Amino acid sequence: MSQETLFDKVWDLHKVSSLPGGSDQIFIGLHLIHEVTSPQAFGALKDKNLNVKFPSRTVATVDHIVPTDNQSRPFKDNLAEKMISTLEKNCIEHKIKFFNIGSGYQGIVHVVAPELGLTQPGMTIACGDSHTSTHGAFGSIAFGIGTSQVRDVLATQTIAMNKLKVRQIWCENQLSNGVYAKDLVLHIINKLGVKAGVGFAYEFAGPAIDSLSMEERMTICNMSIEGGARCGYINPDEKTFDYLKNKLCSPKNEHWDKALTWWKSLKSNENSIYDDVIKLDASKVEPTVTWGITPGQSISINQQIPHLEDLSPNDKLVAEEAYEYMSFKPGKSIKDTPVDVCFIGSCTNGRISDLRVAAKILKDKKVSKDIKAFVVPGSEKVANEAKNEGLDQIFKDSGFQWREPGCSMCLAMNSDKLIGNQVSASSSNRNFKGRQGSPSGRTLLMSPAMVAAAAINGKVSDVREFIN
Amino acid sequence: MKSELILPNGKISQINGQCISLIGDDIDTDRIIPARFLKCVNFDSLGDSVFEDDRKTLKGRHPFDLEENKNATILIVNSNFGCGSSREHAPQALMRWGIRAIIGESFADIFYSNCIAIGIPCFTLQKNLIQKIQKYRDKFLFLEIDLNDSSAKSKDLNLNLEIKESSKKMFLSGNWDATSTLLENENLIKNKFNDLPYLKFNT
Repeated sequence: MSQETLFDKVWDLHKVSSLPGGSDQIFIGLHLIHEVTSPQAFGALKDKNLNVKFPSRTVATVDHIVPTDNQSRPFKDNLAEKMISTLEKNCIEHKIKFFNIGSGYQGIVHVVAPELGLTQPGMTIACGDSHTSTHGAFGSIAFGIGTSQVRDVLATQTIAMNKLKVRQIWCENQLSNGVYAKDLVLHIINKLGVKAGVGFAYEFAGPAIDSLSMEERMTICNMSIEGGARCGYINPDEKTFDYLKNKLCSPKNEHWDKALTWWKSLKSNENSIYDDVIKLDASKVEPTVTWGITPGQSISINQQIPHLEDLSPNDKLVAEEAYEYMSFKPGKSIKDTPVDVCFIGSCTNGRISDLRVAAKILKDKKVSKDIKAFVVPGSEKVANEAKNEGLDQIFKDSGFQWREPGCSMCLAMNSDKLIGNQVSASSSNRNFKGRQGSPSGRTLLMSPAMVAAAAINGKVSDVREFIN
Repeated sequence: MKSELILPNGKISQINGQCISLIGDDIDTDRIIPARFLKCVNFDSLGDSVFEDDRKTLKGRHPFDLEENKNATILIVNSNFGCGSSREHAPQALMRWGIRAIIGESFADIFYSNCIAIGIPCFTLQKNLIQKIQKYRDKFLFLEIDLNDSSAKSKDLNLNLEIKESSKKMFLSGNWDATSTLLENENLIKNKFNDLPYLKFNT
């Protein structure tokens, strides 16, 4: 059993009581809500005649269903309009802070909370969204919950949960040029598998992780859940503190010094004991692309789609399903696979640094004929920052559509969807069957830089050829 | 879709019913209920849409469309069932279709907690035994599940299922809807709110 890791310290600090059968009642320091998984929870509160216990500890924004072409109200989609207006009503009724469209702060919940300084080391953070693991990049313990647990957090500010085991993933050496955090996390998921993390929190550590920016660390923690780990985190360091300094909601004045002292005490240290430790060499990672229907089915840009006999017995069933769904033949190179749609955005890779990297590759280049390419900034703040830097113009000049913030085609709850069996090069997080809105649509996950390269060539390409 | 929908309620100790097998690893919650069905403010109508895209693709041959399975209540699955999105709409859709318990090789964490929170016990069983059930010679397999000793019996099967002790206790006591249990510690919650260091410097 793990001891004295950051996870243990934060868990113990937030433990309210032990429940029958060995689960714990855990206090949730920050609760984030959005329009998709909260309405039924508010409905349940009403049914039980309960109030929101600590409204100041819940913050709302709207992201999943928002159109990203025209955000004027009412939305064209009646159901989407109903969902946003239900959230507006619930937030007013329960006095919950809501960053609505046009506030300057709306966006994907996992982009918004960190950039406003709401996400801080040592907190427990829950949200009705599996990519809540993103916030672990700051040394918080953050995880996705379902709607019944959203109800529990609203009503009690706590949830019942079994303590997770802790696996350290030690990333030795440094990523090479043209290889990004997305490639590293896809590599990790491929090596460990999509279910290895069940029952675990992942602690990402080592020289390669230390060198990553906060936004890159968010990309890593964001995809912990794709490896089965509900929670992923990185110990806070000077980069974390620098990022948080002077953010809208971060501690100010004398509180800042107290916060800093406390944050520094949370790190895992030489006395920490882990349930498991995995080591890998980050310098060996290459630009990585998924070829199948789970985020674990990935290969390096210069590799071929694996043959069934090269896979472990446990991976064969899904591989066969993937060959059929994707219509890709084993042994075929992933490089030069033609794509139809290029999407840059999502809580994984829709931050300003992602847009900067992609814009740098697209500058003075054109998107290949017949490709639909669009970029969806992760938040209004990201969009404004990008406009100030002229990135929106670079995207538009290249042939990318420049959109308003939201989740968009990561999960296709708005009108951005693949059509038929189109292939998308996507900076998002899931390549599940039908994920991007068409029941036969095909998703290739990759870094935003690789999406930019694919857009220019009209096919899966090695981004290193654009930067060397 | 069943005509009379009685949702789980109170203490759960016995689940007797017909099995429905769904073969495949890593079946994610997007497949259980595609995202377009999440545009709703309640769960009521999700039962009809469970596995919508998979069912359309299989044109009536999907297990959830077979006439022989229409009264099934116990779902048999393989590994990492329910991975991906945290949407509670997935277990809600299964429940509203008629599922009352799931037996599988393994479950994704969030899906598992969502099932417990709505009164659907998830049991694990070794791969070879799951496969044995999935290849059962007869069209119909009826199991009697007893939470007290985590057993599942049919006329010729006697299985030892596994379930987390905490989940088992919640079902047997009827406290799987956790809100009231959590609220019992109201004073402890208030103390925690007053004691947490960061709530003092985030004012």
